[in-house]
Amino acid sequence: MPAKNKLFDSIDAAVADVPDGATIMFGGFGGAGFPNNLIQGLARKGVKNLGVISNNCGTGDGELGILFKNRQINRVVAAFPGPGAKYFQEQYSAGRIALELVPQGILCERLRAEGAGIPAFFSPVGVGTDVAKGKEEREIRGRRCILENSLGADYALIKAYKADRLGNLIYRKAARNFNPLMAMAGKTTIVEVDEVVETGALDPEMIVTPSIFVHRIVVAKGLRYV
Amino acid sequence: MSNIGNAGKLRLTREQIAERAALELPDGATVNLGWGIPNLIAAYVPKDFTIYFHSENGILGMGPRAKAGEEDCDLVDAMKVPVTLLPGAAFFTQDVAHMMTRGGHLDVCILGGLQVSEKGDLANWRVPGTPGAGGIGGAMDIATGARHLIVTMEHTAKDGAPKILRTCTYPLTALACVHTIVTDLAVIDVAQHGLVLREVAPGFTPEEVQAVTEPKLHYSGNVPEMPIASARR
Repeated sequence: MPAKNKLFDSIDAAVADVPDGATIMFGGFGGAGFPNNLIQGLARKGVKNLGVISNNCGTGDGELGILFKNRQINRVVAAFPGPGAKYFQEQYSAGRIALELVPQGILCERLRAEGAGIPAFFSPVGVGTDVAKGKEEREIRGRRCILENSLGADYALIKAYKADRLGNLIYRKAARNFNPLMAMAGKTTIVEVDEVVETGALDPEMIVTPSIFVHRIVVAKGLRYV
Repeated sequence: MSNIGNAGKLRLTREQIAERAALELPDGATVNLGWGIPNLIAAYVPKDFTIYFHSENGILGMGPRAKAGEEDCDLVDAMKVPVTLLPGAAFFTQDVAHMMTRGGHLDVCILGGLQVSEKGDLANWRVPGTPGAGGIGGAMDIATGARHLIVTMEHTAKDGAPKILRTCTYPLTALACVHTIVTDLAVIDVAQHGLVLREVAPGFTPEEVQAVTEPKLHYSGNVPEMPIASARR
């Protein structure tokens, strides 16, 4: 079967079919590894009523901040929205956002379970806390655990360092973070990269995200925040 | 140093709490430091020790902060601060970072605290009644999985209320997870039979520490003073 062309000419073309009401997960942590150019594409498109899964909720206008500023998001799953997430906090305080706070490592495992075809799993994290409310509890090998469901989304928007034309990805330093997990958990995974190289140019030993998890690739340089 | 009020004695500063907590780290340890006072601890590690600091955004073997002009926006810690790497450092994905925390692979974890109970329950992510959404971050995974969890915090709240309580009243991070508490007044270990007062801040008596601690503190005879190089009487 011939390889499908995954390479898009522009950010706007890569997100053109994202509909109102879509659920989207975004890679990134602490300013590194956010798909900032794809986020700007969603801002330009003006798509509304988005459900978002992300560790953080922006820093001022940066990262996801612009989408909260534009009131494009009405529900969020996050581990640490962040004190610098000015527009998220405003929207949340005004009652315009439904928020589910998730322990960061459990967010990872729920994404990983989705990608791995595991609908739910038991975990000791959050037992006896607000996180356990409404969840089935069971004692497993003497330890209290709660049932956590896997977590997917219509789209995963991620940032990688380099892709080959097939969609194999490598990352740069701590900008890796959630990106490989979200690549595996989204129905349609769109990656922005600094550079696309010819298929075969990446060392197979070094590939972090195999191409099977990547559906669209777009080159985007420039927009970063620290 | 800040003033204790009634006794007119000086409590330790946040930096001095960090200085004392650093003495709990053995050479060669893998360690995660949380927000707040824990983030000050790296500066007090003895110069001849190598500590492999873990950052939950996917780094093991994090070195000091990057010098001005040498920052890399893809090489930051969990607080967004540009950092450096030690020889032998590794990058990995977020799930692996938390396999290390939750799976009990790190030697020591140190978190900030809002309240700790006498059973070692920790509350550290939200003060009820404050605006905003709060944020759990990695704290629940870290607290649940830590083989040895140290909490650093001020001994009392700004209004003087004890933060070491029989039962936490703030939203919990994890149950029965804290092993040692280092404050501006004491070092306290959480044991099966209750809280054990291991050290007091220079110039303070066990009775003075007990007076601002809700549960009973266990101690006998002379309780040594916290060894703080920069302490003043």
